[in-house]
Amino acid sequence: MSAVRRALSAQTGRAIMPTQDPNQRIHNFAEVNLGLTAEQAQREAGRCLQCKNPLCVQGCPVNVDIPGFLHWGAQGQWEGALEVILETNLFPGICGRVCPQEHQCEGRCILGRKGEPIAIGSLERFAADSGAQDSFFLDKSTLAGETGDGEKVAVIGSGPASMAAAAELARLGYRVEMFEALHETGGVLSYGIPEFRLPKSIVAREFANLAELGVKVHTNVLFGRTLDLEDLWAQDFKAVFVGAGAGLPRFLGIEGENLNGVFSANEFLTRVNLMGAHQFPEYETPITMGKKVVVVGGGNTAMDAARTARRLGAKVTVVYRRSLEEMPARAEEVRHAQEEGIHFTIRSNPVKVLGRDGWVSGVCCQRMELGDAGPDGRRRVTAVPDSFFDLPADTFIVAIGQSPNPILRQGLPELKFTDRGVIAVDDNYATSIPGVFAAGDITTGGATVISAMGGGRGAAQSIHRYLQGK
Amino acid sequence: MFEIVAKKQLSNQIWQLDIHAPLVAAKARPGQFVVVRAHDKGERIPLSISDFDSQAGHITLVVQAIGHSTTDLVSLEVGEKAADLLGPLGTPAEIDNFGTVVCVAGGVATAIIYPEARAFQQAGNKVITLLGARSADLFFYEDELRQCSDEVRYATEDGSRGKQGFVTELLQELIDAGEQIDRVVAIGPVPMMRAVCELTRPYQIKTVVSLNPIMVDGTGMCGACRVEVGGETRFCCTDGPEFDGHLVDFAALQNRSRQYQNLEEKIPHHHSNGGCAGQCQQ
Repeated sequence: MSAVRRALSAQTGRAIMPTQDPNQRIHNFAEVNLGLTAEQAQREAGRCLQCKNPLCVQGCPVNVDIPGFLHWGAQGQWEGALEVILETNLFPGICGRVCPQEHQCEGRCILGRKGEPIAIGSLERFAADSGAQDSFFLDKSTLAGETGDGEKVAVIGSGPASMAAAAELARLGYRVEMFEALHETGGVLSYGIPEFRLPKSIVAREFANLAELGVKVHTNVLFGRTLDLEDLWAQDFKAVFVGAGAGLPRFLGIEGENLNGVFSANEFLTRVNLMGAHQFPEYETPITMGKKVVVVGGGNTAMDAARTARRLGAKVTVVYRRSLEEMPARAEEVRHAQEEGIHFTIRSNPVKVLGRDGWVSGVCCQRMELGDAGPDGRRRVTAVPDSFFDLPADTFIVAIGQSPNPILRQGLPELKFTDRGVIAVDDNYATSIPGVFAAGDITTGGATVISAMGGGRGAAQSIHRYLQGK
Repeated sequence: MFEIVAKKQLSNQIWQLDIHAPLVAAKARPGQFVVVRAHDKGERIPLSISDFDSQAGHITLVVQAIGHSTTDLVSLEVGEKAADLLGPLGTPAEIDNFGTVVCVAGGVATAIIYPEARAFQQAGNKVITLLGARSADLFFYEDELRQCSDEVRYATEDGSRGKQGFVTELLQELIDAGEQIDRVVAIGPVPMMRAVCELTRPYQIKTVVSLNPIMVDGTGMCGACRVEVGGETRFCCTDGPEFDGHLVDFAALQNRSRQYQNLEEKIPHHHSNGGCAGQCQQ
């Protein structure tokens, strides 16, 4: 922590979550953030001004009643706090850990104008984790009076959007069955986000809650291949929610990209997170890891890949086209990556993967210049002529985003897709096929866990209206 | 689910497993594959579907035990279960009445070409099947293939059955004899498929190959199985596994296939015993 930052926090008293020491944590996969102490949490919640018109709530994609839960927290009543959160967000243990709070709730906090905003993410996490100590609490009575008549609804995928949709539908009284292609549930939470940022036990806890709500999960079922829409209608499902995510990795399309030692971030993270490659040979999925790793990209996935490679013993360089401030990754992850000794080569772009004997030997990059903001608000980048330089590397990881998986499209040719390849939905998350709804990355392209959850929940309410109106 | 319902040894290294997987059996088509995980600490490995019985809810896998994962799988006994099985994956083979189709297979791929040969015959094609192996005792599925082929020819390296030499020589003989060939389907080790494609290229005979690159999820999520076809990067699991062999960059495929060779040896109780029955020497 910089001296300025430390002074500021002393002044404003923003609670700083204890973390594992960087020199220690680069040798393990245990969670980096250790959680606030009860004393820290209560004091931090007490800093909330309880604004009449809370901007933090507007900044939250699912509009969690933040002052409401902080009110309870300030009194040390964390069960009450959790109850408030659960009214709008059923997965605070996950969201408290992975939401980009600085762009959402904390980014709008009025205290942030002069000092430092409330540590809302850390407090959400605290509420979830302390509630978990006496069997995590999910109250079906929140939606008392609603009955989905016990009808069957299918949920495709088991990532964040699907989890939120399933939870909401179950609470509305539907019999929910979830279909997941992989052998483990959680989608990106399981194969993508590493243990050191989101422990598998947290995801498992949320799935245990879903099971308690009666949600039935089928793994090893790939919608579009193992099962199709006709099968679901034949099995008496009355509506279908598609939350299959955007899983197809993008590549740069540059020379040398198919050399050995070039991975998509998805492959790299899947081998480690889902298949336990870091415990090879006890776990039989291998990974070829070099001593020098270059990662391209600036999102959370790029940070996850870089920090995972670091934990596998490599020296890691992240190459990003824009500047550090413009990285889409959570600020905390970028900071943690820096603390862990990851080097950032900014305003640079790989143009060619160099190889020797079929394996990666380096990455040739070009300097980039930042221009004016484009229509999307992000600054344009242009390549600086004759500014090429080589980075030595024996592993190159591409983390530049994902496109929607084509299998769904092959399996549902009558479903309307947009020009960008995502499923077209209306304001009610309805697709072009009656009874089929969709939300999450499969409708937006790669986005955040919380926006996917917000979409899943909204879609569940639309499904409820659709089935009640029928 | 995924219980082994029958098991049979076909040759020294090759086993046939019938596995209970009713959803997969109901949807499977020739040319498709499954991803299997033998146990909780195992790898996800892609294996072609050799046969399927939607009535019984079973699929048949023919597995050559050459690495730890395949060895783990064939060590499961009847009544035991594979941890996971996902499928059917990949795009089904293009089956049509092309005229005369030559099915070329080497080693364990004999089991993979079988459902295709059968489908080609049912679609009204004249089917000629060419099989290659190191020696006569390594052939299997002979009765099955004879039933769905107009003709079956053999090549062995040691000359113990049929022609002494490689399957490519059998194919050359057919071409030289003036046989009108409308399509070749070649499945087997990469060097064999490559040799077949080089042979048919000057004659402009459409040649389809079934690729089996390193794969992890098999659903288009990881990109491990990317192959270069016609100068473009394609994902074998979603775009394949079958491609126009004249467009495949076999050198790149072979290079990517050896990525984990050194690591394989680090796994305890590794049962490597000679790999691909000598087919890789071609």
